[in-house]
Amino acid sequence: MSVKDRVIEIVAEQAVLEPSDVTMESTLEDLGIDSLGLVESIFAIEEEFDISIPFNANEPESSEFDISSVTTIIAGIEKLIENTPAA
Amino acid sequence: MKRVAITGAGTINALGHNVSQTLEAMREGHCGIGPLEMRDVDRLAVQIGAQVSDFSPDTIFNRQQLALYDRFTQFALIAAREALAYSGLEFSGALSAKSGVVLGNSGGGMQTLDENYRTVYEDGKNRVHPFVVPKLMNNAAASHISMEFNLKGPSFTVASACASSNHAMAQAFQMVRSGMAPVMITGGAESMLCFGGVKAWEGLRVMSKDACRPFSATRNGMVQGEGAGVFVFEEMDHAEARGADILAEVVGFAMTSDAADIVMPSRQGASRAISGALEDAGLNREEVGYINAHGTGTAANDKTECSAVADVFGPHADRLMMSSTKSMHGHLIGGTGAVELLACIMALRDGVIAPTIGYEEADPECALDVVPNEAREASIDVALSNAFAFGGLNAVLALRRV
Repeated sequence: MSVKDRVIEIVAEQAVLEPSDVTMESTLEDLGIDSLGLVESIFAIEEEFDISIPFNANEPESSEFDISSVTTIIAGIEKLIENTPAA
Repeated sequence: MKRVAITGAGTINALGHNVSQTLEAMREGHCGIGPLEMRDVDRLAVQIGAQVSDFSPDTIFNRQQLALYDRFTQFALIAAREALAYSGLEFSGALSAKSGVVLGNSGGGMQTLDENYRTVYEDGKNRVHPFVVPKLMNNAAASHISMEFNLKGPSFTVASACASSNHAMAQAFQMVRSGMAPVMITGGAESMLCFGGVKAWEGLRVMSKDACRPFSATRNGMVQGEGAGVFVFEEMDHAEARGADILAEVVGFAMTSDAADIVMPSRQGASRAISGALEDAGLNREEVGYINAHGTGTAANDKTECSAVADVFGPHADRLMMSSTKSMHGHLIGGTGAVELLACIMALRDGVIAPTIGYEEADPECALDVVPNEAREASIDVALSNAFAFGGLNAVLALRRV
């Protein structure tokens, strides 16, 4: 499964939606994911890809990790995976 | 001052998943204590406890709820749902704005702590689930009850070890009696039966390895339980005006501190709490027919408690009944007074005195009528519930039949 499909699956589960309901343009707000849902999603993504996401819930806009849509989230994760040294 | 009615009760504990199952088990002298089922139980020196069995939280709560509810919160919500359903109350407008929740709890989300300490210390992981803090905080149960039932008045959690529930219920009583709140949801919840919880208690060397036998000469310690008890305390006129079924009236309470020792109980501290509750309720000591004892089954508590009762009641101590239901449901620590209040309600309402089971041999230092082994029918008007905590914090409640 691609990074994109895995992320969509995690986000869909958090939003209690089918993966097919999640589009690349969807924002977390569109999907009904609140602040607790967001930190839970970030945890699930970190677990899934064994990465560490630089995200501070106090200042989401200025975090390095862009959560403005599914597209930016996937792009951020792909970059983190690329920069993570193989274990 | 307002009068205070109990208009709802709910519980889940080792004796049953609701009030009727629990009272039936108490009438039958059923023992809820058995072999502990948990990970690494073979590493424990104490391998018995009163666990809630046949419990499937995933059939009661959804996935998002389970991510936020430690086991003690699950127990509290189950008990609160039963109590609120019984009361028939719904909260909106002014009633919602003034009513709240005061719960007793000692350890907080011990299951959550245990699991996540394992994750970081034993498994060596560097990341825990983001809800660990909201799950383990001691006030989580009270908060979730406030959210589920729209209670917007004073809500908080009281921690005074084994007296937490009695202190919480005394606080709720005071709020309703003073007119501050028309209704308070109160009681307590605890879930310490996890590896770390039992291991910690083991260290103190006060736990029995075979049974809880309060007041018996053969007693050899306490046995831990888990669960919750939740009640609806309602201003009497409010309850009567809506035709509520009133289970009992709360008539008084007292709290004292031994100011002496962090673990050893004090006869004076206990007797001052008992006599204080009688005074607060305006009762003569001869009116008391039943005491639900703290009765932990330790050498120190049981003899101290009996001598305190003898001090307060004089010759009447030989006529009243005093039992410890911990022999059946174990010691629920911060939730214990709440489950034990059910025995007081059963005594007042149904005329059935719950027994002290496991009683084998009389102890001259505990020479009271402890209702050994079999429940007894008796008509009584007033019952007391004792709680004497580690730290020397004592709280006694007085209830009257309605």
